[in-house]
Amino acid sequence: MATNTATLDSHGHGTPTGWRRWIYSTNHKDIGTMYLVFAILAGLIGGAMSVAIRYELMHPGVQLFANATYNVFVTNHGLIMIFFMVMPAMIGGFGNWMVPLMIGAPDMAFPRMNNISFWLLVVAFMLLIISSFVEGEPGSLGAGPGWTMYAPLSTSGHPGPAVDFGILALHLAGASSILGAINFITTIFNMRAPGMTLHKMPLFAWSILVTVFLLLIALPVLAGAITMLLTDRNFGTTFFTASGGGDPVLYQHLFWFFGHPEVYIVILPGFGIISHVISTFSRKPIFGYLGMAYAMVAIGGIGFVVWAHHMYTVGMSSTAQAYFVAATMVIAVPTGVKIFSWIATMWGGSIQFRAPMMWAVGFVFVFTLGGVTGVVLANAGIDRVVQDTYYVIAHFHYVMGVAAVFAIFAGWYYWFPKITGYMYSDGIAKLHFWVMFIGVNILFFPQHFLGLSGMPRRYIDYPDAFAGWNYVSSIGSYISAFSVLIFLWGVVLAFMRKERAADNPWGEGATTLEWTLPSPPPFHQFEVLPRVK
Amino acid sequence: MKMSMGPIGQRLLGLAVLGAVLVGMGGAALAEVGQPKPWEMNLQTAASPIMESIHHFHSFLFWIIAAITVLVLVLLIVVAVKFNARTNPVPSRTTHNTFIEIVWTLVPVLILIGVAIPSFRLLFDQLDIPKSDVTIKATGKQWYWSYAYPDNGNFEFDSLLAHDKQPRLLAVDNEIVVPVNKVIRVQVTAADVIHSFAVPSFGIKIDAIPGRLNETWFKATKEGMFYGQCSELCGKDHAFMPIAVRVVSDAEYAKWIEEAKKKFAAFPSNSYASAEALQK
Repeated sequence: MATNTATLDSHGHGTPTGWRRWIYSTNHKDIGTMYLVFAILAGLIGGAMSVAIRYELMHPGVQLFANATYNVFVTNHGLIMIFFMVMPAMIGGFGNWMVPLMIGAPDMAFPRMNNISFWLLVVAFMLLIISSFVEGEPGSLGAGPGWTMYAPLSTSGHPGPAVDFGILALHLAGASSILGAINFITTIFNMRAPGMTLHKMPLFAWSILVTVFLLLIALPVLAGAITMLLTDRNFGTTFFTASGGGDPVLYQHLFWFFGHPEVYIVILPGFGIISHVISTFSRKPIFGYLGMAYAMVAIGGIGFVVWAHHMYTVGMSSTAQAYFVAATMVIAVPTGVKIFSWIATMWGGSIQFRAPMMWAVGFVFVFTLGGVTGVVLANAGIDRVVQDTYYVIAHFHYVMGVAAVFAIFAGWYYWFPKITGYMYSDGIAKLHFWVMFIGVNILFFPQHFLGLSGMPRRYIDYPDAFAGWNYVSSIGSYISAFSVLIFLWGVVLAFMRKERAADNPWGEGATTLEWTLPSPPPFHQFEVLPRVK
Repeated sequence: MKMSMGPIGQRLLGLAVLGAVLVGMGGAALAEVGQPKPWEMNLQTAASPIMESIHHFHSFLFWIIAAITVLVLVLLIVVAVKFNARTNPVPSRTTHNTFIEIVWTLVPVLILIGVAIPSFRLLFDQLDIPKSDVTIKATGKQWYWSYAYPDNGNFEFDSLLAHDKQPRLLAVDNEIVVPVNKVIRVQVTAADVIHSFAVPSFGIKIDAIPGRLNETWFKATKEGMFYGQCSELCGKDHAFMPIAVRVVSDAEYAKWIEEAKKKFAAFPSNSYASAEALQK
């Protein structure tokens, strides 16, 4: 390390400035910041799309979109929110920023690979945007096969090149994530401070470790599946074409073998964030630390053997369906351990309801609400009626939309003082919480009713009987969108006021290593490694 | 209501209210089965034995998940009231309690076993297809359905969204017609991309996949119109290919079959549905 520093200085590579600092960045904190900014921008675009969708659905009839364009919005909203908002914010943003700080490492193991991970994602996003402006379905622009891109709608159903651009976007985003995963695994296994065994490692680092293993195993399967789509589309193969001996259901198995772990990839880092926030503001160590860590490992592991619960209506045998019912319900057990351990952490605590804590408590509630409908959907017998309806939309938006976003905001308000060095207005952050909490519940709760009574998802127009709850849902969407404006206002205000944040603004409850550093931390930290007792 | 209330105005208002109530009741009576109701918060009314079972199982599950959600909500409220910084300035240092950790692992396991038993019973009831009285073959196409009656006259017809009929987006030009209280086997496939054949009030949904022949069954217990919609994204007009089933008495069914044979005789019939019937 010492010689390394000397080399850096002799080449004049101390702290780069201007555009070089960002474009060429190999610094985990700068890259983390870029990921966070990227996630906010992508989130605004994906969020605006969802408001457009809700505007379309506010009243019966077609008001805003051409039919095919509506599907393009549905597809891109899903892809953007998953691959370009939640994942970059949690793994790229908070993961990059906080994992090295928490484990007492000076940087990530492969700083230059970290740089290419980020920039690949930017290029991937550009490809996805381009896909919206080239032909997809005959005579219309953009790819609209849904984020799941089921064949043959994504092959013979979309003759134009839009789906090819979408596939290449996912390839690059996937490559970016795999490189990131390798980087995190190497960093966490090799660069923990002396004395920090895995069983002493903070839970956020644990959550990222489990997440990146899921990425490393699941993403190559997606890459294989979409490569097969690409060759079916362009080179005459027939992997998913029945007339050539292929099978469209094969694509679904491959996709969901990736897709189900993917939804845990989206929410697991949130588990880590919430554990820290709840422990900090309860001024208590986390309850059942080992149980919490291994519950995440269990959720990640089981996540790989439940994929076909997304496919109960494709015509699987009854024994196969029975297996997937049983396996899926098992996930409720480690998830219950997490929920109750969070509550037990708060139990007996001395809770300060600062803004991050509000988001964390809100998270526990919305995650539970979304989780229990997962138990309903796990049962193939009931899923038969609600499969592909708004019940599913409500379920997964509660667990991996709303809960993930609540976790991101909990992390944002928790670490904002550490990252920027500025304190934000706690009042605005709480206002943001309450408006969004009310908004998302008005938005998504009525969708359970729509789903139960049979409204199919991905519909631009619906029978008039569904009008009432759709209207309510759209109002909720506008309230949620308004809360995002409050969020942005709070951020701008924090940068304008420049109120200095203390090194540890949260007091004795914040025990992880990042709070031992100045706010913001120096460009390079831990040049002398900390020792963990 | 900015109108000033003279005696005539009041009488008119009364009449209007009465009319609205009557229309509302009439509408409710008409919309009782087979289609969604305004502001509906639950599953559609059951019109088959399977959907009855789904209703029972869903109610059972609903109380369990509602209880869990309320439990978590109550615990969060208790924690917020009892253990905030003002009421409890000194936090405890408890980080373990083996007994409670075992409880919150084992109790969910027991609940899940309790859920699994009726769940499997329902699942096998759905998937074990009884001996069928009538077979219908549904083929999903962009963006309409074709229905064939291979063992009842061997004819086939297309069923397209009807713009001039009510309910909007559910009514079609040619409905499926089936006899009441008979086991109907539905074989489902698709000609282009994946579609999904669904009728919520019968509790059925099965994907129509090119190159595969899926099947499901229902036994309608009420006469009337029953509606469903395509339930797998299939391109731009996914929302505009509804499914409509008219359930009639045996006599009416026999009459309809005779009419349909003539009406759809000239229809360029889909080869494989008829070929299958010929092999029998």
